[in-house]
Amino acid sequence: MEIDPLIFRLSIFILSIFVGYYVVWSVTPSLHTPLMSVTNAISSVIIVGAIIAGLSGNSQSVFNISSIFGFLAIALAAINIFGGFLVTQRMLAMYKKKKKAKQ
Amino acid sequence: MISPNLSAIFYLVSGVLFILALRGLSSPETSRQGNLFGILGMIIAVTVTFLSIGNFSTGFIIVIVFILIGGSIGAFIAYKIPMTAMPELVAGFHSLVGLAAVFVAISAFINPIAFNLGSPGNIKLGSLIEMSIGAAVGAITFSGSVIAFLKLQGIMSGSPITFKGQHPLNAVILISIIITIYLLCSTQSSSLFWILLVISFLIGFLLIIPIGGADMPVVISMLNSYSGWAAAGIGFTLENTALIITGALVGSSGAILSYIMCKGMNRSFFNVILGGFGATDDVSSKSTKEQRPVKSGNADDAAFLMKNASSVIIVPGYGMAVAQAQHALREMVDTLKKNDIKVSYAIHPVAGRMPGHMNVLLAEANVPYDEVFELEEINNDFANADVAFVIGANDVTNPVAKTDPQSPIYGMPVLDVEKCKSVLFVKRSLSPGYAGIDNDLFYKENTLMLFADAKKMTEDITKNL
Repeated sequence: MEIDPLIFRLSIFILSIFVGYYVVWSVTPSLHTPLMSVTNAISSVIIVGAIIAGLSGNSQSVFNISSIFGFLAIALAAINIFGGFLVTQRMLAMYKKKKKAKQ
Repeated sequence: MISPNLSAIFYLVSGVLFILALRGLSSPETSRQGNLFGILGMIIAVTVTFLSIGNFSTGFIIVIVFILIGGSIGAFIAYKIPMTAMPELVAGFHSLVGLAAVFVAISAFINPIAFNLGSPGNIKLGSLIEMSIGAAVGAITFSGSVIAFLKLQGIMSGSPITFKGQHPLNAVILISIIITIYLLCSTQSSSLFWILLVISFLIGFLLIIPIGGADMPVVISMLNSYSGWAAAGIGFTLENTALIITGALVGSSGAILSYIMCKGMNRSFFNVILGGFGATDDVSSKSTKEQRPVKSGNADDAAFLMKNASSVIIVPGYGMAVAQAQHALREMVDTLKKNDIKVSYAIHPVAGRMPGHMNVLLAEANVPYDEVFELEEINNDFANADVAFVIGANDVTNPVAKTDPQSPIYGMPVLDVEKCKSVLFVKRSLSPGYAGIDNDLFYKENTLMLFADAKKMTEDITKNL
């Protein structure tokens, strides 16, 4: 019997949880706020689903209920992607080491 | 149009790039590069999606328009937002992820053909289960984050809102969510889908209202985790590896942060989630407490103490964020350093309203990150330091947590501030902190209370140095 592709996706999912577990424990506590904003940005990769939804209409009617929800989701996810990555960038740029001015 | 296999490989690549983005955060030096990996992963995922659909007609232009609209709003917010408002911003962003997940699920439910999931009223069972879980978690994330946002922003009172029968009500709603998902999957009825969304929105709202302001670090991390699980649910529906990997990463990241925050308060996750902490006796406590003598001083006294110190440890808390005192604080520290006084900062894990809140504010004020220490790193140094300067923190310095088993915060790891030769405590009044209990530190022999606004007091001290 063939294995259901769902099982492969489930494997990826479970292994990613473990990867996430070890990677996040190695994040230094002083960067926990950027961690939250960057996870926010990357979880907006849900925009992939939103794009499929937005382009689901046929050529005669670009706007049907389903694609309108898609377009709205695209806008929401885009706010998060741009906002999340840029604010993370802005925060990370502020973390500086002590200047060894005296030497 | 590219083949499904090729696009699956690209999605995998972007998933790996997201892992590297988080990996970069293990140190500030690698973090900026990590963020670039994240951006690259996102560009790949979006480009591949366009290529795999291969439909560059009117719809494509509209998609670009919506990306640009959302993107410019996001960019505008990212540049304008003050650093003190980060907790609100993150809560707001979580709500958007949740809502986007809900919208994608609605769209897939109405038009499953576009997603290759079957036809309306006859959606593949597995996909329907994944879709409804994704939609329910997304809806909870949305309404929960909206409440968290309102509480952090101060539009809604930060104190817990409790009522009789709250927990049984929540339990009934949670069970009915599970029953609705079960019925939805067996009947494919669209009205059940809408009911599921409505009750999920409702439970998200009800779950967060009883949780008080200072427990927000746990709530924000928890919602962060939920937004990940919602994304993963949608990822299973769409059979998209990038989404599944990211969802799992974000889900476990948020869960770990909630765990760290709970440990920082020595409370169980359920104790925080059930809420109502510190709400019960803060009215009665004021009148019943006996008056104990307190030593209070002014900026001049504080400056005198610090000038004669050889090492100073600064303990910032949420009050510093409220008073926007981080820049004034750094100026004071600069003056101290000019007088060859050693200064370091001690950060409690739950200081502020979100994980790492204080670190970001200090970084904003140009405090080098190697002068900032976590609780375990610095706690032994208090005994050898001359002055501890507590600015805007309260419960996290309360020695009662170590001495009084009756206290609600007993067992919570606290900063050993009282071991310093002298303690300067900036606070507006003697009122108790979030936990609703008196801080013993106020009445210690070696404590000097500085009753003032944190920013103003810090500026005054600098003038007197």
